[in-house]
Amino acid sequence: MAMRREHLVNAAIALLLLAVPLWASWAGQNFYVTLATRIAILALAAVGLNIALGLGGLVSFGHAAFFGIGGYVAGILASHAVSGAPLLGFLPGTKLMPVIWIVAILASGFVAAAIGAISLRTGGVYFIMITLAFAQMIFYFALSWPAYGGEDGLSIMLRNAFPGVNTLRPLPFFLICYTLLSLGLLLFALIRGSRFGAALQAARQNEVRTASVGIAPFRIRLVAFTISGMVTGVAGALFADLNRFVSPSMLSWHMSGELIVLIVLGGVGRLYGPVVGAALYVVLEYWLGGITERWQFFLGLVLLGVVLFARGGIVGLLAGRARHD
Amino acid sequence: MTEPILAVSDLVKSFGALKATDHVSLDLRPGEIHALIGPNGAGKSTLIGQIAGTLKPNAGEIRFAGETINALSVAERSRRGLGRTFQVSSLAPEFSALRNVMLAVQSVQGSSFRFFRPVMLDRSLVDPAMAALERVGLAGRAGIPAAELSHGERRQLEIAIALALGSRALLLDEPMAGMGPEGSKRLTGFLDRLRAEAPILLVEHDMNAVFALADRISVLVYGKVIATGSVDDIRSNPDVRRAYLGDEA
Ligand SMILES: Nc1ncnc2c1ncn2[C@@H]1O[C@H](COP(=O)(O)OP(=O)(O)OP(=O)(O)O)[C@@H](O)[C@H]1O
Ligand SMILES: [Mg+2]
Repeated sequence: MAMRREHLVNAAIALLLLAVPLWASWAGQNFYVTLATRIAILALAAVGLNIALGLGGLVSFGHAAFFGIGGYVAGILASHAVSGAPLLGFLPGTKLMPVIWIVAILASGFVAAAIGAISLRTGGVYFIMITLAFAQMIFYFALSWPAYGGEDGLSIMLRNAFPGVNTLRPLPFFLICYTLLSLGLLLFALIRGSRFGAALQAARQNEVRTASVGIAPFRIRLVAFTISGMVTGVAGALFADLNRFVSPSMLSWHMSGELIVLIVLGGVGRLYGPVVGAALYVVLEYWLGGITERWQFFLGLVLLGVVLFARGGIVGLLAGRARHD
Repeated sequence: MTEPILAVSDLVKSFGALKATDHVSLDLRPGEIHALIGPNGAGKSTLIGQIAGTLKPNAGEIRFAGETINALSVAERSRRGLGRTFQVSSLAPEFSALRNVMLAVQSVQGSSFRFFRPVMLDRSLVDPAMAALERVGLAGRAGIPAAELSHGERRQLEIAIALALGSRALLLDEPMAGMGPEGSKRLTGFLDRLRAEAPILLVEHDMNAVFALADRISVLVYGKVIATGSVDDIRSNPDVRRAYLGDEA
């Protein structure tokens, strides 16, 4: 029963996130379209993290690394396409989103595999610290690397292109982001129900038991962490295109923390948890940010309330406890 | 005499100054139930842990099915057919009983890297898991999360998992604990039939069960095996009576 209620809640959220920008665009309120786009992108980044954190119990405090790498892939490829200078002396730049996404997925997946291979040998607080340390390393590298703007960041003059779609207009770009978010959610749902997902969730619930039935948690977690980084990486590429700008701030630990906050707000391990979390975050940022600069204080209060009184996050509040068949 | 399937020789494990396993040697032969008894803190669970691979011995050898397995991980030992249950039951608490067993089936099939097909629609997982639950009498509780099962039911579930793993030898750490007399009796009958399929190293405090089931008994006291023998040998052994059995025998 609880499961069916969650389906309804999810469908309502999905429809709302689609309907509001459609309406706003029709009403000429493009600002709200942009707000919804921001929600979709942050949600996608958090869906990626939710694979590691929600399904695998891997509290990564370094997912900004993948988000930022995706962003820089978009920025760097676009800048080379504009300047005409080949990347590393032989790779042409590009302004084609699908190509950028693939490169972002490969780059963030490669780095996630490397970080995971080292950090997954530890657990608990050490895992949190090591993922944080790796992300900070990449952050400082970007900060001190002048070729792509250093601390000033890198502008993308014109938003990158998608064949047959005018990405300069807010609504089509939102629809691209919404589609990718939907694909991310589909991937999450498929993984959660699959054999791989069963092993991943079992390793979170009871590592010793999982090993005792003959499934080594390390490899399962490494693959999950890599997939997780890839999804967050694509979101990063979209985020760069939304802002037409990337800077080291996308790589900073604030960003990693923000992604965790989104998931905790919405519901850890819940399919639509990241979407609800991102929506709440962006809406609070917009409403409260207009009233007071200290809006994050109120965000903190909301977070505290959720942690204390709604362990399943807002999705848990709306749909009841999560159930595994 | 048949080759033992499992043989522990000269095993040593210390926790600081405490010798929890003190030069222990014992074996398990096909078709038998070898009971391991001894007072609380004697080192029974520690021994099981070393055989299963969750604990590393300081010295000694563990052979299973003709090979030294000291260097193998828990997962590798399990895949070779060494099944175990835990004294404090160890399950995936959020998963239903059925899904706990399905995890074992999936491991046996060697296929955890499949990302898309929903497990609940996969007959090749559900059917064998259900069959294992039926064997231990837990089919009626298949959909209940492990965390909500009773103590005794969790024990049964652990055995179902070991069965689903197709284990060639079983390490059972106090499977009767927390079961009512009715449950113990049922489980005793079940283990009695099970020994033909997989020999059992049985740690158990329930002496009725031990005396009814064991082909051989080893007595562990302060990490040392002080006696090994048939039920009658052990019952009449004065050292054992002093150290453990008291008047019970
Ligand atoms: N991880 C550990 N670190 C330190 N000491 C330990 C550890 N595990 C067990 N011990 C000690 O080793 C001894 C043997 O413990 P073990 O759990 O093997 O006993 P047992 O025979 O299984 O007892 P019981 O019948 O109560 O289950 C005990 O004194 C225990 O306190
Ligand atoms: Mg014990």
